[in-house]
Amino acid sequence: MATVIIPTPLRKFTGNTASLEISAETVEEAVGKLSTDFPDLKKQLLDENGQIRKFLNIFVGEEDIRDLANEKTSLPNNAVLSIIPAIAGGSIDR
Amino acid sequence: MLTLKPSAYEGIVQDAGNAFPDECCGFLFGREEPDVRIITEILVVVNAKEGDKRRRFEISARDYLRAEKYALEQNLQLLGVYHSHPNHPAIPSEHDRVAAQPFFSYVIISYFEEGNRELLSWRLNEEHQFEAEDVQFSSTIYQVH
Repeated sequence: MATVIIPTPLRKFTGNTASLEISAETVEEAVGKLSTDFPDLKKQLLDENGQIRKFLNIFVGEEDIRDLANEKTSLPNNAVLSIIPAIAGGSIDR
Repeated sequence: MLTLKPSAYEGIVQDAGNAFPDECCGFLFGREEPDVRIITEILVVVNAKEGDKRRRFEISARDYLRAEKYALEQNLQLLGVYHSHPNHPAIPSEHDRVAAQPFFSYVIISYFEEGNRELLSWRLNEEHQFEAEDVQFSSTIYQVH
């Protein structure tokens, strides 16, 4: 089992749950199960092509999955998967 | 409605001035009541944007995790983020909108070199468009807590 940490802005899509346990072998499987269990969360996690949204970071433990194996990153037992919104912006459109 | 405790407002103005002409950024903490969000504290973080920090800001994932942890430890709610628009109005850009998260209040302070300041707050609606959020600057409501 892995623990998934839901960030504050997405908790309204999980019934205000901040963390939950999920049985999954990979990040991809975990995100898929979250999308099934919380349909309103799905469009916050995945883009129209089914890929993890650009403005989300996913960490397993202290590591960004982009530095590991992206969605194929394995989840060892007791892994902590953190969904982290990418906070960015700026004053001018370019 | 967003109510800013004076120390939170002053902290945002100070951060905008310290960072000028770059954009500053940070987090907003407090509590949410049925019709109002009361911001009691801010957390200043580094603008981690690589490149033009005068027109862009970015908060690192590790600073984001620090903010969530801080809220938990202090028994506060993480209610939003702030950033500055140096020499530009406090109106969100398309870049701000695309990157914005639901639920959060996005406070923007315009900070002009000649001294003009304006602070506005914005929240996404269901169509992922920003709507202005009324901002109140008041210390009186804190006297009962």
